[in-house]
Amino acid sequence: MTYVFKKTGVLIATLLLVSLLAFLAFQIIPADPVTMMLGTDYTPERAEALRRQLGLDRGVLVRYWDWLSGFVRGDMGVSYSYAVEVREVLRGKIAVTAALSLLSWFLVTAVSIPLGIALARYKGRKLEQITVSLNQILMSVPSFFLGILLTWLFGLVLRLFIPGRFVPFSESVPGCLGYLFFPALAISVPKTAKTAKLLRSAILGEMKQDYVLTAYSHGNSRWMVISRHVLRNALLPVVTYLAMSLADIVASSIIVEQVFVVPGLGRLLIASISNRDYPVALCIVVMIAFVVVVMNYLADLLTQAIDPRVRLS
Amino acid sequence: MIDFKDRSFRTGAVITGFVLIVLLIGLFWTPYDPNDMNAAEKMLSPCLRHPFGTDNFGRDIFSRVVQGAGSTFLIALGSVGIGLLAGVIVGGLTGWYGGWVDEVLMRVNDSLTAFPSLLTALVLIAVFGSGRHNIILALGVLFIPTFARIVRMEVARQKALDYVRNALLMGVKEPRILFVHILPNILPVLLSTVAISFNNAVLAEASMSYLGLGVQPPDPSLGRMLGEAQAFLLRAPWYAVSTGLAIVLLVLGFGLLSEGLGGERRA
Repeated sequence: MTYVFKKTGVLIATLLLVSLLAFLAFQIIPADPVTMMLGTDYTPERAEALRRQLGLDRGVLVRYWDWLSGFVRGDMGVSYSYAVEVREVLRGKIAVTAALSLLSWFLVTAVSIPLGIALARYKGRKLEQITVSLNQILMSVPSFFLGILLTWLFGLVLRLFIPGRFVPFSESVPGCLGYLFFPALAISVPKTAKTAKLLRSAILGEMKQDYVLTAYSHGNSRWMVISRHVLRNALLPVVTYLAMSLADIVASSIIVEQVFVVPGLGRLLIASISNRDYPVALCIVVMIAFVVVVMNYLADLLTQAIDPRVRLS
Repeated sequence: MIDFKDRSFRTGAVITGFVLIVLLIGLFWTPYDPNDMNAAEKMLSPCLRHPFGTDNFGRDIFSRVVQGAGSTFLIALGSVGIGLLAGVIVGGLTGWYGGWVDEVLMRVNDSLTAFPSLLTALVLIAVFGSGRHNIILALGVLFIPTFARIVRMEVARQKALDYVRNALLMGVKEPRILFVHILPNILPVLLSTVAISFNNAVLAEASMSYLGLGVQPPDPSLGRMLGEAQAFLLRAPWYAVSTGLAIVLLVLGFGLLSEGLGGERRA
């Protein structure tokens, strides 16, 4: 229990620090939002009034605190370029990115674990060696390049989907998932290759332990030894890795959304950075960072729940 | 130490060596001028005269890929250099002296690594603005925590070893111990981190240039070329494929190198 309390304390401190860092980063931006919003209507009096209205005349830490308490309550400020609440701008986008990330994560998990086990089980065979080399290459393919290849093959040549015509959830759920499958594939292939490789080397590492020899001497086959004894130990680092990789997946969805023209948080983030709409960019950055920090926290808790030895160190 | 017979290391060295030779030649000579347009030869598919074909302006894609890869390589080199230099100094000092400065810096470090690297790079680009020099700066800043953390850990470990205590007893000055005695001992770990960071830099630069927030025209960049190629995917798929494969080759070579150096076993 003390472990959980300690970890939760660190979690809250990290969340505060992460949001502070992001907030400060967006404060030192040279562009002045007031000048930008007023454009040609700029007069010193109007600028002063707007500055007061936006609260820009107060200290940085006061503004951080105001922003943070608003953020937690769901009041995220006003977008500079759309002149509506950030919450309105974000509406609907979060679900799209969440669906895409979860789908990719599911694909990674569903493919990498059987693949990693199979690679360890059939170590030394021709097919295994080819797959391991192929795996190494797939690890190095950037997800957005893969996305472009998938668009070409499945979108333009085979015409399985129309690139750029995203089907919203409200229109058709299977249609939406069918469209999201391809970006999810682009995100998950390099990640799957890494995870499978990790699992393979974890299993092969465990196979050198003494208990494996004992298990063999009891007459177990290689498959029995792996599935009954080794896998329990070897899965531990992989479970942690999978939990933490959701963060990377969210990050790669930022760019893959751009390739497939998926209207999610990633596209909005890129647009808001290009348009210098910092309240929106700040909210998205902090939201993604929070997801990452919380996932790492859950991964820690999960690891210690599976393996109590971790608690001691 | 470095195992030169390791298979990953050898394959990685061969791939990286090949890429480096091509890039080096590309600095001085390319088959065509990368920016030379030729209206008569638009969108040619790969042939003997244009091994990777030509683009929508009739420019030779092979020459452009070599030039773009060179630019990507230099950006990665610069940013890893900044990260390495600052990281070694920060990590070395905090690992050696410890104390509250160490505590605070490591907390900040942890929080910085909580952001996915692409996200941090985007924030920094939003702050500094896009363009070639700002990319190098942004990515360099991004790598400081990684290097600082590894150097700090290794220095703290080496500090307790006998050779360091001997050196202290013999009256060797502390900076000298840190940079002349300890640094060579942590070189293998550092090298594999350099290779991994190098990959991250290549990927981050390509991603951001693809998004239009990285290298701006007329500077060449593989990422931006991929973005342009996407528009001609149906008519000239070789444009995107050859550009992307150049990125894959760069990343693959350094990935294998870092693995051969033991990055996998330590990470």
